[in-house]
Amino acid sequence: MNRINKTLNGDKKLLSIYFTAGYPKLEDTVKIIKDLETSGVDFIEIGLPFSDPLADGPTIQESSTQALKNGMTTNMLFNQLKDIRETVKIPLIIMGYFNPMLQYGVEKFCQKCQEAGIDGLIIPDLPVNVYNEEYKAIFEHYGIINIFLITPQTSEERIRFIDSVSDGFIYMVSSASVTGSTKGFGEDTKAYFKRISAMNLKNPQIIGFGINDKETFNQATEFATGAIIGSAFVKHLTASGTNKTSSFIKALRDL
Amino acid sequence: MTYQANEKGYYGDFGGAFIPEMLYPNVEELRSQYLDIMKEESFQKEFNYLLKEYVGRPTPLYFAERFSNKYKTKVYLKREDLCHTGAHKINNTVGQILMAKRLGKTRIIAETGAGQHGVATATVCALMGIECIVYMGEVDIKRQAPNVARMKMLGATVVPAKSGSRTLKDATNEAIRDWINNPVDTHYIIGSVVGPHPYPDMVARFQAVISEEIKIQLKEKENRENPDYVVACVGGGSNAAGAYFHYLDNPEVGIIAVEAAGKGIYTGESAATSALGKEGIIHGSKTLLMQTYDGQITEPYSISAGLDYPGVGPMHANLFRTGRGEFISITDEAAMQAGIELAKLEGIIPAIETSHALAIFKDRKFKEDDIVVVNLSGRGDKDLSTYIDYFNL
Repeated sequence: MNRINKTLNGDKKLLSIYFTAGYPKLEDTVKIIKDLETSGVDFIEIGLPFSDPLADGPTIQESSTQALKNGMTTNMLFNQLKDIRETVKIPLIIMGYFNPMLQYGVEKFCQKCQEAGIDGLIIPDLPVNVYNEEYKAIFEHYGIINIFLITPQTSEERIRFIDSVSDGFIYMVSSASVTGSTKGFGEDTKAYFKRISAMNLKNPQIIGFGINDKETFNQATEFATGAIIGSAFVKHLTASGTNKTSSFIKALRDL
Repeated sequence: MTYQANEKGYYGDFGGAFIPEMLYPNVEELRSQYLDIMKEESFQKEFNYLLKEYVGRPTPLYFAERFSNKYKTKVYLKREDLCHTGAHKINNTVGQILMAKRLGKTRIIAETGAGQHGVATATVCALMGIECIVYMGEVDIKRQAPNVARMKMLGATVVPAKSGSRTLKDATNEAIRDWINNPVDTHYIIGSVVGPHPYPDMVARFQAVISEEIKIQLKEKENRENPDYVVACVGGGSNAAGAYFHYLDNPEVGIIAVEAAGKGIYTGESAATSALGKEGIIHGSKTLLMQTYDGQITEPYSISAGLDYPGVGPMHANLFRTGRGEFISITDEAAMQAGIELAKLEGIIPAIETSHALAIFKDRKFKEDDIVVVNLSGRGDKDLSTYIDYFNL
């Protein structure tokens, strides 16, 4: 059983953290992963930086640009992660855009993920139908779970379809926005959380986008198995560096 | 075999819709309706009316006699530079604003590089009384002040794109983000034959009026519908798509695509995507694009702001890969010389984009009785300061 499914089986409200690999410094990737695990994070999304991250807001775009300037590449990331499973036990997911994976070779990418002990991928610009037709077999061969997104605009029919082809969890985008918005959750958003929760999907849902503090984390996990914090943590790294990860995580929930 | 898009939006290996789920409903809404809407009689009537009365179509197919004598072949210029707002761009924005109205959209967004598509979008939004937001790279806003002023006069809001290299590709990213943030009321008017399906096909169909007219006009002048060659410059490739459209599947007509070599293809300052690009994904489309070995999209360069896009529309990627199109790249220097030459020989000052297409005649020889149609995609008014600086005028 994939580590993602094992982790999701518990009844704990899960906290996942996203950060951009190679940011703030090129060599920070492994330290950040280890610190997140010791701080009690349940799983981690490692961002593979891309020059043109369409679905992300300014925070993640800037961290990606800096990571690329620092010299981060796909090969470099796999090198940094090669011994990660000697210590880290929680699920690790790589989140990245499709073009760098395509250039690396999708099969080689999946193979490297398997070797490093990466459990899943989130690829915002790889549509479900293209995945099913062209890449599903490769992912399955290497035991890599591909996570799909839904949004408040996704039709019920399409949600059912995505649920039927998903494994692990469904990434529920909280609102019609790119990453890093901090508007808080209004009644519409809560209604959407409730609506999805009531659909009794076979896959658990993890909510992401717009979660930046304890309050929004609690609101989101009232209706879902867990929540993902990205831009807020990247901002924290920018402001406070890599030595205060545990205080950031502690402030998010009572452990 | 066809060189048109198939029903999934693929031109051979290229095209498709590689979009985040957040954009799926918007793009699907458009995809499922665009062909039906375009076929509606009322749509066709309104579109043709506006092209005639507002844009000023049909544009002339002008026999460039002195230019032809110089290059010893028969050259016709399709005068898209005479369109309202000065370029072919408005053919597409007129079509898309009518599309947006039929989809019930109340807010328009667009990206722009040099500002031509931004102006064409702001123009049709003013015409229809619809809110218009144009994303433009911060660097381009500084370089293209007159077009920024035009957009503002037309009532549009110009939003600087401050991310990345702060040019056209970043303006496009910002427009896409806006669409993600405003999925219900907003239509995104993409300015070229790029982006996710159905955009490349839809924009090509709106620009297809160019080759539709060429066929009729050439028949009148030469008693034949087909030229031997159609020549057009390619950045994203919308004027080229329009000029080629009705000839794509006709092997008698040679297709010549002219890209910007910038300071030279291998100088690191170029926008010659067919020579330098590799298959990949940019702005939701699988196509040829300039990128690092690691899949990061690189910044192109051309003296012409309308040609410095790191990708090329999927139609053109397919024309290149299949060999259906002949691809030529032209340096800044050769283009500038061709621009001033046309001014002196024919009394027409072309846009620098178009000057690239005119520059091929120096080395690419045609037969004396060949009929070569060059799509004169835009006029040079917007480029005066570049011409002035370049030639110390």
